[in-house]
Amino acid sequence: MATRQAKLIRLVVVVLLLCGPSSSGWGASLSGCGVSLSGCGANLSARGANLLGSRDQSRGPQGSAPPQSSGSGPARRVVSLVPNVTEMLFAVGAGTQVVGVSSYDDFPPETKALPRVGALLDPDTERILSLRPDLVVVYGSQTELERQFTRAGIRVYPYRHGGIDSILQAIRDLAGLTGHPAEGDRVVRQVRSQLDAVGVRVRGQRRPRTMLVIGRDAGALRGVYVSGGVGFLHELLDIAGGDDVFGDIKREAVQPSNETLIVRAPEVIIELHPGEQPAADALQKERAVWNLLASVPAVRTGRVHFLYGGYLVAAGPRIGRAAEALAGVLHPDTVK
Amino acid sequence: MSAAPGSLGNEHGVKARLASVLIGYGGLALAACVLAPLAGSTHISLVRAFDRSIPFPDNVDAQIFFVARMPRVLTGAIVGSTLAAAGVVMQALLGNPLATPFTLGVSTGAALGAVLAITFGSSLPVGALASVPLASLAGAVVASAIVYVLATRPGRPISTMVLLLAGVTLNAFFSALILFVQYAADFTQAYRTIRWLMGDLDVGSFAPIVAALPLVVVALGIFAFLPRPLNLLSVGADSAATRGVDVGLTQRLAFFSASLATAAAVSLAGPIGFVGIVVPHLVRLMVGADHRIVLPASALFGAAFLIGCDLIARTVLAPVEVPVGVVTAMLGGPFFLWLLVRRS
Repeated sequence: MATRQAKLIRLVVVVLLLCGPSSSGWGASLSGCGVSLSGCGANLSARGANLLGSRDQSRGPQGSAPPQSSGSGPARRVVSLVPNVTEMLFAVGAGTQVVGVSSYDDFPPETKALPRVGALLDPDTERILSLRPDLVVVYGSQTELERQFTRAGIRVYPYRHGGIDSILQAIRDLAGLTGHPAEGDRVVRQVRSQLDAVGVRVRGQRRPRTMLVIGRDAGALRGVYVSGGVGFLHELLDIAGGDDVFGDIKREAVQPSNETLIVRAPEVIIELHPGEQPAADALQKERAVWNLLASVPAVRTGRVHFLYGGYLVAAGPRIGRAAEALAGVLHPDTVK
Repeated sequence: MSAAPGSLGNEHGVKARLASVLIGYGGLALAACVLAPLAGSTHISLVRAFDRSIPFPDNVDAQIFFVARMPRVLTGAIVGSTLAAAGVVMQALLGNPLATPFTLGVSTGAALGAVLAITFGSSLPVGALASVPLASLAGAVVASAIVYVLATRPGRPISTMVLLLAGVTLNAFFSALILFVQYAADFTQAYRTIRWLMGDLDVGSFAPIVAALPLVVVALGIFAFLPRPLNLLSVGADSAATRGVDVGLTQRLAFFSASLATAAAVSLAGPIGFVGIVVPHLVRLMVGADHRIVLPASALFGAAFLIGCDLIARTVLAPVEVPVGVVTAMLGGPFFLWLLVRRS
């Protein structure tokens, strides 16, 4: 009896070990996150920190997917699971029609008073339905959710993350769906003219080889993520008069090794932080981290810049401002 | 593992074999340490790298060699050897060929610490625990302490079955906590966590290595006393006791040192999988099961193995990198399966 028990325990242990501890717990967590990753690109930028560009997005349709309409007339009650889309809705004057937002929404401030209905991984279907929406904005990867709402006869707008053109197209789409097409056109024209003005301002200037850092472990030169040659951040850098040193890597986010950082030798390094600017000494400490790479021109000439603000990484109506901020550090002489 | 590890062979024979193993495997590890920094995603000139007449900030080759490659190779050597040696000790301690340095929850504890630091670190006042390596070290210590308290009774040998079950259960529990924290985290943080779990040797400077070194030295120092009692222990606790082995003490030392080694390695480079299980088995296939040979050989071979895997990781898709944990798993996984099938 005792031996049989021991055998049983041994068997359990072997099974647990195999699908087990190191591999299992993490395996599970990894695959769990794998799911989140597929939608992530959209997510992150929406969330305000465009870190994750997975290949999925670049493969996705340029511009947002066409709205799936199952009703007619402008939407009166809109739920948005995508923060940067919420921002678009407010920008085109549909703010009063928004009845629910994601758990990560914080801009514009009016969103803070609205019911929260989850996000990419945890959309609260019941709560969304209870808000009686006639338009729900979901991530393009939330296909099951999309099907559910379509079955319930609710219009769904699946948002997919892309470059500047797709952002502007999404603004137009949403303005159309909510009955503000003229406002949508106005916002798009305004963003375009902001971007054009930045382009004009830096025209003829020497374009420094620039690295846009979108993630780094605090206090160390580890876990560095930079913008690659795809996506709105890359395009904004281009407009702002910088040559992306990782522009040849056709991915939204790249994690370069220290060796690659040294070899790519950027003349300007710009770190984008969605949060608030920290105290001066903390900022100084973070800036000093780069001194390790003494041969990098940006470090040698002191052109390592830290920019703070959610607008820098939100793929929405404020990208014009982000381009201005980038141009401001890349070409300070041209700033009015 | 077919050779009876209890039969210790004569001292002289073992010494001669140990010497040849040390020379052979030591040479391999040394060669890896010397040759790996020469290769990378870019070509560098060694003459220029060591040319002292060029100021360091002007010398890109020297920067690449001393900032990007050397710390990385050294980290690979330290992490590879400690994980491989800790794997040998864990397998002997638990009497289970499937045991790894991560079996008893050390690495999952470390992972929980790291995840907490990644997720909430920025909102903490700049405290020491906000840094990922320190938080993961703290997590590893907490996990080991819990397992130890659960599995030991004062003055009595450790029940390896209880130890194993406690470790496995703690692993599962901490994994659940990790998932929960990730769920609460935003996507950037969740992604950084995943990346940390894949392991990364690109430490960027010598400072983290120096910080981890004392722990590694203590652990390896204790390992030096373990081979003989582990040999006897692997035949059975009772027979080891009759041959004068203090079973309880040996188990405690083995547990402590293996946990310490694993904690140091994981806090330095993340939980790099498969090194701790594949290397010991591979080495046993080559040198037999005597721990006096297997332990040092595994440590040396582990260093060479991880340096080699990292070389693949940083060159195969250059300028983009493959996480080193992915490389060890892709090489180690199939090998491990082959080993399992072959054994049965």
